[in-house]
Amino acid sequence: MLSISNLHVSVGDKPILKGLTLDVPAGEVHAVMGPNGAGKSTLGYALSGRPGYEATEGSVEWNGADLLDLDPAERAAKGVFLSFQYPIEIPGVPALTFVRTALNAQRRARGEEEVSAPEFLKLVKAASKALKMDFDMLKRPLNVGFSGGEKKRMEILQMALLEPSLLILDETDSGLDIDALRIVADGVNALRSPERSMLVITHYQRLLDYIKPDRVHVLAAGRIVASGGPELALQLEAEGYDKYLPAAA
Amino acid sequence: MAAVKETIDAVAELERYKYGFTSDVEQEFAPKGLNADIVRFISEKKGEPEWMLEWRLAAYERWQAMEEPTWAAVKYAPVDYQDLFYYAAPKKKEGPKSLDEVDPELLAVYEKLGIPLKEQEVLAGVEGAPRVAVDAVFDSVSVVTTFKEELAKAGVIFMPISEALREYPDLVRQYLGSVVPVSDNYFAALNSAVFSDGSFVYIPPGVRCPMELSTYFRINASQTGQFERTLIIADKGSYVSYLEGCTAPMRDENQLHAAVVEIVALDDAEVKYSTVQNWYPGDAEGRGGIYNFVTKRADCRGDRSKVSWTQVETGSAVTWKYPSCILKGEESSGEFYSIAITNGHQQADTGTKMIHLGRNSKSRIIAKAVSAGKSDSTYRGLVSVHPKATGVRNFTQCDSLLIGKDCGSHTIPYIEARNGSAQLEHEATTTRLSDDQLFYAQQRGLSEEEAVALLVNGFVRDVLQELPMEFAVEAQKLVAISLEGSVG
Repeated sequence: MLSISNLHVSVGDKPILKGLTLDVPAGEVHAVMGPNGAGKSTLGYALSGRPGYEATEGSVEWNGADLLDLDPAERAAKGVFLSFQYPIEIPGVPALTFVRTALNAQRRARGEEEVSAPEFLKLVKAASKALKMDFDMLKRPLNVGFSGGEKKRMEILQMALLEPSLLILDETDSGLDIDALRIVADGVNALRSPERSMLVITHYQRLLDYIKPDRVHVLAAGRIVASGGPELALQLEAEGYDKYLPAAA
Repeated sequence: MAAVKETIDAVAELERYKYGFTSDVEQEFAPKGLNADIVRFISEKKGEPEWMLEWRLAAYERWQAMEEPTWAAVKYAPVDYQDLFYYAAPKKKEGPKSLDEVDPELLAVYEKLGIPLKEQEVLAGVEGAPRVAVDAVFDSVSVVTTFKEELAKAGVIFMPISEALREYPDLVRQYLGSVVPVSDNYFAALNSAVFSDGSFVYIPPGVRCPMELSTYFRINASQTGQFERTLIIADKGSYVSYLEGCTAPMRDENQLHAAVVEIVALDDAEVKYSTVQNWYPGDAEGRGGIYNFVTKRADCRGDRSKVSWTQVETGSAVTWKYPSCILKGEESSGEFYSIAITNGHQQADTGTKMIHLGRNSKSRIIAKAVSAGKSDSTYRGLVSVHPKATGVRNFTQCDSLLIGKDCGSHTIPYIEARNGSAQLEHEATTTRLSDDQLFYAQQRGLSEEEAVALLVNGFVRDVLQELPMEFAVEAQKLVAISLEGSVG
């Protein structure tokens, strides 16, 4: 269960999130939708602990732990995974090496045994096949020279291998054509389980045709201003965010 | 609480340089200071031929007339050359030295350093035992050389240079100083006068050396300079891969290390020379550490000869080092792959010289500098093309990575092209370790230090790949250790 209560987050001197409250029970998928500049990406960064995104007030509880007390790696070890809107290129580090290093770092942090090379390779082969990724691509430096779609698939592949319990997807549909979107969504849906909570951050309703949310929240000017079932997303698609803007301002 | 933190930091500091221990080995010293008598003392200790003593004395005379160079972008307290010991050797019985005759204390030192001095295992066919022949130099003398007999079967000579001077005087005389003349520079002249040991390698024509050769240098004694001399001769059509490693105890004083390495490659010969330099870098405040003033040069005398320098420089307080190639032979080829990592108060001025004299000679330079803390790193490189050398090609790439705000990095390329047909390429980049990359890696579960290590290893990967396998793994770990505490 993710429980965000009255969260205020500033970047530099600028307040972005202003009292955001949101609960995501285990096993549920919640969508956070909102206009540009509402603080959607800030929410993802704040939950994952990006330096420079300072929580000035409020709390974030995840399975009993106060996330705000933990550094990014500790949060990752507790199962927090942020799929980046713009995945970062890591020159000189093969994707395979990167993911294995990350997986073992998390396992060590949890007091588990590291994954052996053959075991890891088996896991990667299965996961990349499911995402229709060329295995040879994983020998290349992570994300360097990858297309937008390949980068997003790479994020989902990492998610599948790291097996997080709190999945935050930041604009995962941006830059994807319809075929890639379907593959990525299948990958995400395969990870749905009664133990996992998912937060799908998106501007457009399109992604939610493929990843069906249990609840939809509207984020505007740093707060959740409306919540509802999946029908809320369709309504937003039809009517736009206009009616939430004056209320927030 | 503050006191607890201090203790933790102090312990962390100790662990960072894990080779910082001193060993209680009984040693004998030459009297402190430098004069002609000390030069005679060293020569006599080594039982050298008369011509060698004269060679040394001539070098000493030249050195006295020379001045310490000041052009490098490094600052350090002046060295008092009269306040040093020029000879320190573990006391031992006469004559070398099979492994079972070596002082167990010494073997324990190398064991602790992780240097494989065991040949029995390999000879007995123990699986996974590294097949590397090692010459272990402890302060001023070589204490043991492994695999000598097996190498001799292939005709390869691998022994301390002091021994070679007695056993193969003509060979040594023919080549010693022929690549780095005694008067080449201040530190080379000093080395020529007082060097006490180092390795000698000769690979006969057409022989591919059956194993990696390695020399491991250890400075142990206090107030002692280490002056080693290495001479490698690759005869026609031969091949050898040679590794060099170095460590020293942690001391408050600065210690001088002034080595000379000469390589001669005849027709179609190939030499691969790899260094992992991990001298004590000084503490967090910049106290102590090794002054590493080294002259390394290869003479690609033969047609189609090839010499490749690969260096991973993580240690020393001050580094002044330019492994170079004189490309005399037609179609000869020189390579320089370098990783220079500086942290704390370290300073490094390092690079290479590629002197193209032969037609169609080519060279390749890949230099990666990583600077952190308050350190300063300079790449200084020369590519020179002689008027008669047609068809020369060079490719140079210098990349610098900065970690934090207080470090510096500089690239100073010198290019002298006196032949219009030369094709010279130079690329240079400077980047700062990006917050985006750091956060991305941390989000996936890496601690800040693991993230830095991974990103830096990615940055230097092109060069790491040039190292022999066992060394590459060590070097990768070293990269991580030397950058601990560089962020945050």
